[in-house]
Amino acid sequence: MRIGDFKESYATDEAVFTTSTSRFWLGVLFLILALFPFMVGDYLLYMANITGIAIVAALGLNILTGAAGQISLGHAAFVGIGAYTSAILSNRFGMPFLICLPLAGLASAFFGVLVGAPSMRMKGLYLCITTLAAQVIFEFFFVHWESLTGGIRGLNIAPAKIFGLNIGTEFGFYWVTLTVVIIAATVSRNIFRTRVGRAFIAIRDRDISAELMGINLFRYKLYAFAVSSFLAGIAGCLWVNHLKSITPEHFPLHESIRFLAMIIVGGLGNILGAIYGAIFMTLIPEILQAILKFFEEIFPQAMSFLFPLQTVVFGFLIVVFLVFEPHGLAEMWVRVKSYFRLWPFKH
Amino acid sequence: MAILEVNNVHLSFGGLQVLHDVSFSVNSGEIYAIIGPNGAGKTSILNCLGGFYHQQKGQIDFNGIDISHLTPDRRASLGLARTFQNIALFRGMTVLDNIKLGSHAHLKTGLLDAALYWGRAHREEMELREEIEKDIIDFLEIEHIRKQPVSTLAYGLQKRVELARALAMQPKILLMDEPVAGMNAEETEDMVRFILDIQEERDLTIIIIEHDMRMIMDISDRIMVLNFGQKIAEGNPQEVQQHPEVLKAYLGTDKRGQS
Repeated sequence: MRIGDFKESYATDEAVFTTSTSRFWLGVLFLILALFPFMVGDYLLYMANITGIAIVAALGLNILTGAAGQISLGHAAFVGIGAYTSAILSNRFGMPFLICLPLAGLASAFFGVLVGAPSMRMKGLYLCITTLAAQVIFEFFFVHWESLTGGIRGLNIAPAKIFGLNIGTEFGFYWVTLTVVIIAATVSRNIFRTRVGRAFIAIRDRDISAELMGINLFRYKLYAFAVSSFLAGIAGCLWVNHLKSITPEHFPLHESIRFLAMIIVGGLGNILGAIYGAIFMTLIPEILQAILKFFEEIFPQAMSFLFPLQTVVFGFLIVVFLVFEPHGLAEMWVRVKSYFRLWPFKH
Repeated sequence: MAILEVNNVHLSFGGLQVLHDVSFSVNSGEIYAIIGPNGAGKTSILNCLGGFYHQQKGQIDFNGIDISHLTPDRRASLGLARTFQNIALFRGMTVLDNIKLGSHAHLKTGLLDAALYWGRAHREEMELREEIEKDIIDFLEIEHIRKQPVSTLAYGLQKRVELARALAMQPKILLMDEPVAGMNAEETEDMVRFILDIQEERDLTIIIIEHDMRMIMDISDRIMVLNFGQKIAEGNPQEVQQHPEVLKAYLGTDKRGQS
């Protein structure tokens, strides 16, 4: 506890940012995020956008798997549903981006609840396999329902506009992504300040006593599936409007596992963890690329190892974090902060 | 007046008869103890009352309503709260969150309110916090640990937090499965004091399972003795202590030393 940190009401004690120091740094962060697009080029903005989209999706999976403890191997498929919904709505019905966004989320949430329904009878590995089945089934639909999804050639969409402003550029889209990320993170945090979030964690920690506490297990598991796939759908809508095209190849099982890796590396059940994990996992391919580029002078074919190496590194990271840092980057960050709180004094 | 009536309950798992024709009734406001040797079916009765097990035959009436077919969460919201033999707290949460979770059935925040938070959900959470601080945390003397994760607490304190969580459910009947098992004398005394205070101040009915006979004989109004799934005796502590069947069940012999 910090010295001089007095609280006079329960409301201030329950606030998210309790000290003026943390509010100050939050302000600094927002300032940096606001100035960022004016200082960097298109490539870094592109990186920021795909990171933001990954954060939204990871926040969703974090609620379902991290907090409510229902492992999902189908998260990429839900992102895909959101993406296809958005593309179809804007191509066929000419709907504007701001209407596509919530509709993509709702469509995804609908299928999420459908896939989550077996959770009434199944848990653990069995439910995990059900979500895997969902991943495979939805992928199949993406490829074979050609009249709707365009088959393996996929769909292209026109650059989106908000109130006539073009957000098709990296610069324009940055503001959309940033806003959505902030809203998604706030909503996630809010849920865990109320009985709904507590019920999720209770189901993860001990489902039997959760039920004896008066929690309707089935309803809350469905809630978790709904919120999680809603956020996935939102991420999907952002995705398709950012890339302006989709094919089924964008949402394979590998992508689902990447989302799982994000929340494991970041810290299961931790909102900041999901954010750190998404940033970390999106940056790794870039870091790998930089390293391989460095070695290209010595080994001319180094670049051809990029893709297989990515898979190996992802797998390695998951194992390392599960064994040595089960609480992920979020916990490491807390340790670093508490170390420097008194630095350079020992105690 | 009987608040809980259990009539002719039978429970078996496959060929194993766990409860055989058990009937009893609990009066409003009393401390009712269930004792018996290991494997007698004491915890199974609590599980039947809580809705975790479903008896094959028989009926359970709570406040005159048949609850035999209700799910555990429905029974909890009617006013049946439970503490467990092996602590069943949510280890990933703080003490405060665990207690708040007990109030789950009495809160109204839905998914949308939760996502927006400011407004209704915030108001409800603040009222809840104040209520819990006043009625439960103060009462059970756990102010100093309210922000700690439960997994870091000592055993005796965890038991107390579990009691706090059960109280937050605003129960009419409190089911306690071995509340002082594994505690030292001082912790036991504390727990007994809390149990008596709860019964007195909150007008609660308490059903308690315990192996600590000294404590049971001290605090219970009535005691039921089970052996091999059957009720063998019922009455106040003196009656039960002298009941020949009880002596036989516990010592394997009757009063004169014959087998």
